Amino acid sequence: MNDHVHVHRFENGLVLLAEPMDWVESAAFTWLLPAGCRHDPADQLGLASFTCEMAQRGCGPWSNRQFVERLDNLGIVRSAGVSLEHTRFGAAMPRQRLAEALQAYSQLIWHPHLPADQVEESRQVCSHDIHSIQDAPAQQLMQALRRQYYPEPLGRSSQGTLAGVEAIGHSQVSQFYQSHYHPDGSILAVAGNIEWPELLEEVGGLLEAWQGPANDCPEPAEATGEDLHIPHSSSQTHIGIAFDAIPYSHPDYFQLRGAIGVLSDGMSSRLFTEVRENRGLCYAVQASCSSLKDRGCVMTYAGTTTERAQETLDVTLQELVRLGKGIEAEELKRLQARIKSALIMQQESSSARSSSITSDWYFLQRVYSLEELNRILDDLTCESINTYLAENPPGDFRIVTLGEQPLETPHAVS
Amino acid sequence: MQFLEHQLENGLQVIAECNPQACCSAAGFFVRAGARDESDSLSGVSHFLEHMVFKGTERRAAADVNRELDDMGAQSNAFTSEEQTVYYAAMLPEYLSQGIDLLADIMRPSLREEDFAMEKQVILEEIAKYDDQPPYGAQERVMALHFGSHPLARSVLGTCQSVEALSRDQMAGYWQERYSPSNMTLAATGKIDFDALVSQLETLCGSWQGADVERAIPSGGEGGQLEQIHKPEATQQYVLQLANGPAADDPRRFAARVMATVVGDETGSRLFWELVDSGEAEIAALDSYEFEGTGIFMNYLCCTPERARQNMETIDAMLATLRQDGIRQEELEQAQNKICSQVVLGSERTMNRLFSLGINWMLRKNYMTVAETVESYSRVTCQDVAELLEEFPLDRRSLVTVGPLSRWDE
Repeated sequence: MNDHVHVHRFENGLVLLAEPMDWVESAAFTWLLPAGCRHDPADQLGLASFTCEMAQRGCGPWSNRQFVERLDNLGIVRSAGVSLEHTRFGAAMPRQRLAEALQAYSQLIWHPHLPADQVEESRQVCSHDIHSIQDAPAQQLMQALRRQYYPEPLGRSSQGTLAGVEAIGHSQVSQFYQSHYHPDGSILAVAGNIEWPELLEEVGGLLEAWQGPANDCPEPAEATGEDLHIPHSSSQTHIGIAFDAIPYSHPDYFQLRGAIGVLSDGMSSRLFTEVRENRGLCYAVQASCSSLKDRGCVMTYAGTTTERAQETLDVTLQELVRLGKGIEAEELKRLQARIKSALIMQQESSSARSSSITSDWYFLQRVYSLEELNRILDDLTCESINTYLAENPPGDFRIVTLGEQPLETPHAVS
Repeated sequence: MQFLEHQLENGLQVIAECNPQACCSAAGFFVRAGARDESDSLSGVSHFLEHMVFKGTERRAAADVNRELDDMGAQSNAFTSEEQTVYYAAMLPEYLSQGIDLLADIMRPSLREEDFAMEKQVILEEIAKYDDQPPYGAQERVMALHFGSHPLARSVLGTCQSVEALSRDQMAGYWQERYSPSNMTLAATGKIDFDALVSQLETLCGSWQGADVERAIPSGGEGGQLEQIHKPEATQQYVLQLANGPAADDPRRFAARVMATVVGDETGSRLFWELVDSGEAEIAALDSYEFEGTGIFMNYLCCTPERARQNMETIDAMLATLRQDGIRQEELEQAQNKICSQVVLGSERTMNRLFSLGINWMLRKNYMTVAETVESYSRVTCQDVAELLEEFPLDRRSLVTVGPLSRWDE
């Protein structure tokens, strides 16, 4: 197993990462561009997603249809999306197709047609994405929780609003592309059965001349969100809770991750045991760490029938408060085994690795090796996690619910 | 990569695709028990039983089962379909023996009354969860409509009423019959010492008893019916259509997937260009599924209610053209390239290989390498697709629509 990750920063600012995995037959890349929805103007929410959709409608020598046919014929399995900070393109393929895939995506990113005669089609695609969230209550809830927890624009969801998407025209898309699809702030991470010298030469040949200035990021506003109930006609109530925590880049991050793992990872975790197994309150309950570059939080989700929603909220809050009182050695040992196994199993997937090294680089400007992560996990102790929890007990909860009736949200639980 | 098989005297089958280079091992019990094996009074029991299997045995309490799986760092879960219930775990090779011990033990669950009552609540919550998300149970409704009195009409989850009415003893009876060793297969992939595996299973499962069990396998559904469910609070309209397709043991299943990819894959298909790329619909897809004795093509449309009728007319016209003209050579090759790449990429994960190996064995009692699978898709011709469409016309179908439209024919 090879832990070495190659890194090269081109003069234009583009960072190329590569993790060779000679035991797989595939290659995969993740390409992040500094074109996230935080840059959407307030009256055009959804612009980054709209631009991402338009960028895929033909580029370089290829029309929309020719481009898709080319990728399909190369057997490239792909994805595209927008997050708060980035527009992301992902692709996985048989390793022999990597060079052609990189050529195709370089055209997409550098020479998209952004065809003016397909603005209306793109608007419809973006509107569908917004409608689909309206029919997906769990997603709707978690989007609302992010909005209520993070200050604007950090809590935005990439789909934007129908009014925002309606206000977008070709010139706004073109301008957004010009301002944000830049090499500086872009990360291209490749993993799989690859040769670094060839890859470096290939990417250099394709993208060295790509130019563009770095983006400015407006400072977020102060957090002003409050608890919220969203009326929704259904037999289910969805419950989201957020509280302050540290981001991935913080030196104590793995203390937090350990604590939240005890709370939510696996079938013996506290939330699964107390909410589902011991009380049968719901089918799905979970908690996870949410990280932005300079801040983070923990978010929990539970979906349950309306009659049992209050008890589900109460028990979940009790578990969050109990977590602040510390974890036990047995719980930590199980978590360490789970995470270590998951890290090793991730070595089977070039897609998972390319995604993981991209994320590391964005948050840390470096990539953890497997050995380093194992060492960090081995160094976690009950004492270290409990010290963290004693200093940062879960509290000051932001609670968002979606369902027939609002729930009582006792802030003074302890 | 080596395929090995063995049958215990009581009928339990053991199969493995051994890859000494793999970094992990995966194993699972594949039980030939699903919704199609139920009766009206047992509707939902296969899935409920899948939950109860994790609730403990003579040797282990429920909490022990969950804790041990986590102790091993296993990625484990279970699922129930119309035809199978599958319990699986992927873990580092040094934990395989412990993982097998646990999986084998939970196949003989205690089914304690107290756990049964508690888990019934979780099942009811799961039913409510699916009722609250698109397409609001329409997938099960269209299966029921299409298959009528056929066993494949049965819902995997069951209804709140059927689950509420189930007793612990009814479940125990169903388990006794269906979890007979001759109705089960243990499949393993990744780093596997097959001799050690067989020897361990002889010890753990050799004493299991049970009679041979039958499954009714009538031919396909009748089709041609329509059902509309009015759901005013939904935003989008959802339309699902089913038509008959090749069965699991029918060699035309490869042509079926190629055809479905040409017509309705997520990208680059006819439906994609006509309805999704143009913004007329959020989703317009065609997929093929195989069962014992029959198969289906499922067409899924999600769009605004205003466009639903027009989009359906577009789909009807497209299917008529397809039946008349078939598919073009370049479409065939594009679909083959896509499918073969997906097969090869997917096979890199030990867990994915476990599902391919196990399901293939359950349905067909044979083993296919990745190369053989790729070869089977590569051999499909336009003529094969034309013959398939003659035999399985996509316009003889059942349709369920759910959404804000108060009348489908408005």
